[in-house]
Amino acid sequence: MIRFLIVVVVIVLLGVGAYLYLNRADHSDGTSPALAGAPASAAVLARGEYLTRAADCAACHTVPGSGKNYAGGVAFRLPFGTIYSSNITADETNGIGSWTDDEFVHALHDGIGKHGEHLYPAFPYTSYTALSRADVLAIKAYLFSLPKISQPNRRNDLSFPYNQRWTLGFWNAAFFKNRRFQPDASQSSQWNSGKYLATALGHCDECHTPRNVAFAMDHAQELSGEMLQGWHAYNITSDPVHGIGAWSDSDIASYLTTGHANGRGSASGPMAEAVENSLRFLQPADTGALITYLRSVPARAGKDPITVDTKPAPTLASSATAPAGDAHADTAGFKLFEGACASCHQWNGKGQQTPYASLLGTRGVNDVHGINVTQILLQGSSLRGENADVFMPRFGDAYSNTEIAALANYVIAHFGNKQGTVTPDDVAERRKQL
Amino acid sequence: MLSLSVNGQSYPVDVPDDMPLLWVLRDVIGLTGTKFGCGIAQCGACTVHLDGQAVRSCVLPVGAIGQRAITTIEVIGNTPAGQKIQQAWLDVDVVQCGYCQSGQIMSAAALLARTPNPTDADIDTAMSGNICRCATYVRIRAAIKQAATGKAQVPQTMVSAPEGAAS
Amino acid sequence: MQAAANEQDAVDLRRRHALQAGGLAIAFLWLGGTGAASAMMSARRQPADTAAALADGNPPFAPNAFIRIDSSGPVRLVMPSVEMGQGIYTGCCMLLAEELGVGLDQITVEHSPPSDDLYGIPLLGGQITGGSTSTRGTWPVLREAGAVARSMLVSAAAVKWHVDPSTCTVERGVVHHQASGRSATFNQLADVAGRLPMPDKVSLTDPKDFKLIGKPMRRVDSPDKVKGATQFGIDVRVPGMKIATVMACPTFNGTLASVDDKAARKMPGVVDVLRLDNAVAVVGEHFWAALQGLNALVIEWNRGVNAHLTTQQLRDALADSARHGQGIMARNGGERPQGTVIQSEYQSPMLAHATMEPMNCTVHVTADQCEVWSGTQVPMRAAEVAAKITGLPETKIVFHNQYLGGGFGRRLETDWVEQAVALGKQVSYPLKVVWTREEDIRHDRMRPMYHDVVSAVLDADGRPLWYGYRTSGGSVLARFAPGAMGKDGMDSDAVECVAELPYDIPRGSVEWIRHDMPPGIVVGWWRGVGPTHNLFVVESFIDELAHHAGKDPFEYRRALLQKNPRALGVLNLAAEKIGWGGQSLPPRVGRGVALGEPFGSHVCAIVEAEVTPQGEVRLRKAVVAIDCGITVNPGSVEAQLQGGLLFGLSAALYNGLTIKDGAVEQSNFNNYRSLRINEAPNVQVYRVINAEAPGGIGEVGTAIAAPALANAIFAATGVRLYQLPVDRDRLVQNPDALKSVVSTARHEGRDIA
Ligand code: FES
Ligand code: FES
Repeated sequence: MIRFLIVVVVIVLLGVGAYLYLNRADHSDGTSPALAGAPASAAVLARGEYLTRAADCAACHTVPGSGKNYAGGVAFRLPFGTIYSSNITADETNGIGSWTDDEFVHALHDGIGKHGEHLYPAFPYTSYTALSRADVLAIKAYLFSLPKISQPNRRNDLSFPYNQRWTLGFWNAAFFKNRRFQPDASQSSQWNSGKYLATALGHCDECHTPRNVAFAMDHAQELSGEMLQGWHAYNITSDPVHGIGAWSDSDIASYLTTGHANGRGSASGPMAEAVENSLRFLQPADTGALITYLRSVPARAGKDPITVDTKPAPTLASSATAPAGDAHADTAGFKLFEGACASCHQWNGKGQQTPYASLLGTRGVNDVHGINVTQILLQGSSLRGENADVFMPRFGDAYSNTEIAALANYVIAHFGNKQGTVTPDDVAERRKQL
Repeated sequence: MLSLSVNGQSYPVDVPDDMPLLWVLRDVIGLTGTKFGCGIAQCGACTVHLDGQAVRSCVLPVGAIGQRAITTIEVIGNTPAGQKIQQAWLDVDVVQCGYCQSGQIMSAAALLARTPNPTDADIDTAMSGNICRCATYVRIRAAIKQAATGKAQVPQTMVSAPEGAAS
Repeated sequence: MQAAANEQDAVDLRRRHALQAGGLAIAFLWLGGTGAASAMMSARRQPADTAAALADGNPPFAPNAFIRIDSSGPVRLVMPSVEMGQGIYTGCCMLLAEELGVGLDQITVEHSPPSDDLYGIPLLGGQITGGSTSTRGTWPVLREAGAVARSMLVSAAAVKWHVDPSTCTVERGVVHHQASGRSATFNQLADVAGRLPMPDKVSLTDPKDFKLIGKPMRRVDSPDKVKGATQFGIDVRVPGMKIATVMACPTFNGTLASVDDKAARKMPGVVDVLRLDNAVAVVGEHFWAALQGLNALVIEWNRGVNAHLTTQQLRDALADSARHGQGIMARNGGERPQGTVIQSEYQSPMLAHATMEPMNCTVHVTADQCEVWSGTQVPMRAAEVAAKITGLPETKIVFHNQYLGGGFGRRLETDWVEQAVALGKQVSYPLKVVWTREEDIRHDRMRPMYHDVVSAVLDADGRPLWYGYRTSGGSVLARFAPGAMGKDGMDSDAVECVAELPYDIPRGSVEWIRHDMPPGIVVGWWRGVGPTHNLFVVESFIDELAHHAGKDPFEYRRALLQKNPRALGVLNLAAEKIGWGGQSLPPRVGRGVALGEPFGSHVCAIVEAEVTPQGEVRLRKAVVAIDCGITVNPGSVEAQLQGGLLFGLSAALYNGLTIKDGAVEQSNFNNYRSLRINEAPNVQVYRVINAEAPGGIGEVGTAIAAPALANAIFAATGVRLYQLPVDRDRLVQNPDALKSVVSTARHEGRDIA
């Protein structure tokens, strides 16, 4: 009996030890590589503003169009419930006005809130942990310089056991590496800056890196594409076929800063938001650094790889105004395209009125599952930038599942030269993710 | 200051680059034949030609136009295709309220200019982006065919009031 | 002609036992205000000749409010109705010109100024365009007006030449005297004619001598419309004018709490930000600046009592009324007999008008005058609201009516005029207020929703012995013209086309249960008004009965129409033209018949539709047979029926406004769909030609569309649609169809004109 108790105690101690060991925090302040937009010499608020944008805090903490910057309330629908982002304005009652520097750093570095509670990793502390303390505090300073908004936080709506925050300790133990950014001396300083932007600040991998069953990033498959909130975050590894290896530097730069690259596609959904709120504010040198890093990410096909047909026969046979070479002409999808779509997208996929409407060569229309095409049809798309106010209306409210499926398949056939596989039931399923 | 070439004339306009052509035509230059129906490229009421091609001016930023030639409903009758279309529109008496018809005629004229003998499918393709709430579609089809073939498609209306009689 | 007018009355009274123009018409009779008798156009310049002279600028010859002849230039014809696409300007011109003796190429057309006295439509008792009454109402007067003018011009010539007027003839605006070879143009005679007394009696042209009436005349407004030269309200340009666009509180009855306009005011081109109780407007140098400014506002609304309202709540409450509410009897045709009872319930949705031209109005308010430019179906009412809001006397309101880029009943309202005047009052410059399409749909005065319970008792053959109808919905009439409601509180529009059926059914009971919408939800007239929902219900139900009796729907109707030759006539004609029963149709293709007598006309539509296994509906063809009596312009009749039917099919297929959190969910053509040309079947229209009094045509096609479609869908699939718009999910052949990639079957069978 005693022996048994001893075994139990030893197991518990080992467990606690392992838990503590795995959850050990990196208490260093860390240093960040040089960022052109946030030189150490700059005033802290200017640095903070640039970093806040680069970290795209607005994406999660501002309800689009509400005018209430950083007041939270954005819903994240996850398979096990809905999480609402919190108010991160300096409002003392509802925001983070009463947080000390250490508390704020604790949140970003360790994923622990002011009251010691675990934060859900929907908040990307898994990436922010790599930020330097100086950068974190610059962000805080900037947030505190903005108007306070007294909007109360909305309660999360999670089912058991996901509403038990303490369980996240184990999740962290298993999947969270608490560590500041480690520069790689063997790489250029540009590369290091790019990595910091991609992995820590801009947290590209939070969306683009596949996740395992426990929703943790699978770093072995870094940036090879993942689904989130019903969208496909594409493969952005250097794979020339399935990733962005074949894109020129200027393609990538243009995509990141304007949301569009000729012949490659236009950002929509969450990526459009990332461009709108964050990426377009990067200084060219920082964009360049990001590209340098992305180029170095090992090529991987990823799951459900998409192969872009750059010379789709039906599209090439068509003129701007008239379809040709279309086995699918006169189908339901064709007719819908003809009515609601062709006047902007055009039959040759070049796009009219705005280059953002070009479909030729985009991954969306080459994905036989039509994931993003379906989402864009259902929800529309919008991207506001300095010189772009691009939008596409949503068609989900008046067009049936059958119609959306037919239209998606037509678009895939005509512009991707592939047989799309979207069924009305798929569309019904995807509607639920909105 | 941008300079736009509209109906063969050059117009200097002092407007933001992202302002859609529609509003420059209507509110700045004062050519009101081009209509506003939806503002989201869904109805075609705002259709004009850019180098002969039908475009939706409500979503066309003026900054993107450059020196390309803009043609509006006011002068489309000076082109052979536009002239034929307008005549057929009269002979078949297509219009009802008329509000969508500038756009319909611009789309039809662009079609006829590039496809002198359009099939039914060509007509659908060219015209499906233009909504007519009065639903004059049956006559639009007939009129385009008539403009193309020169042959009467449906019973013709008898000439009545001249231009300007009911403006 | 007098005889013809009387006969029309006689026909109306005989057929319906009541004033025939329906709820809308009665509304306006009541609105006449000064009394139905005086609020009515006249072929002679009375009443109030001095005022009339002032109104028309007193040209040398203006024997009435419709004809103005100067000493040179074309004859000017002034239109009592407004032109919103229905072709009424052409019809009116034809009536006037026929009797006057000019060609339509010798005239110009003018909008009438607001005046019930001069331009009140007899059937409506006011200067209104609606209810498919224009031709019916103006037909006798306008012909007489033309004849009066001609008679005076001839007299003028006769006086000048000292000859007997009866020896003069008139041809294309010229009076001739054959014997002496003299002739004079109307222009030359205007001065003398203007000083002659009005003739008491005039003779009208014998119909067999008509040169214009009955011929397919081209619309007088076509030449300008195809050139983009027509000025619609939205095209008005006034020197110094600024342009505004508006956003009203999205929830019904909500109000403006606060607006932060700092960012907006800084935007280039933004001139001003104006506030109303329930709306904000941004004024710009051009619409784009205004719109950008509007988007930059941070607005807080008090969302009000309807903040949580949903469509479902409205629908449930309405259903409850229809089932259990206390009704008002529109027809009480005796005891319900014994027999098989069939009962169904139908629902019709709220609808937007979505006129192609969004709502707009230009105003210039100064200390002592208010000028208004807008396209409206009710010029008088528009002028009245402007007076009320500015506090100016009505004589200080200068109202310029415009061509309407679609009416469909939307422009019977004055809400946007009121709003524009209220905004214009706040500024010194002329202001054009243009709604976005989003605003136009969200703040439409929507067609009410309805819930109808319909039942029948059948004899052993399946023939109805009795029918029962309980209809419940918001009353447009009750708001629009409360005094026009029946003494018992009845809304005649709500039961039009159901209080009296064309069919020979011995007995029946028809009840209307008033069900008001929550405050702020304002319901309005929509093309086809009452008949549109009643015909959907009745004609779907007749099909149900035919199905129940195991009879062909056409034959079943035919048997019930033996005592109604005009209705039978259109039924037979439509069936013959489409080749009813002639050939077998492919699978999942069906034809639906619908028959009705809306607006004093008799109509039968047959629609052929295909339903894909995945539930999509394709319209293949449509035939309409119409008996609308004497036809002024057969071209217009055809156009109105083609357009009206497609308008109705568009709504039946796609449209319904829904409400969430107290606000309309739809906003533009991406979510409030409109039929496109590649979905539109060819529509063939056939006329029964006779000399009966003219019936309305503007709304007839719309009213008959939905039931024909629903019946076609039933024929194709066996699925009965009890709700509009068509619920395509219900038409899916089997669940497996949704698991497969959408069929790539070719779309066949559509006729092209
Ligand atoms: S206004 Fe441009 S397409 Fe409708
Ligand atoms: S003619 Fe009225 S919208 Fe087309």
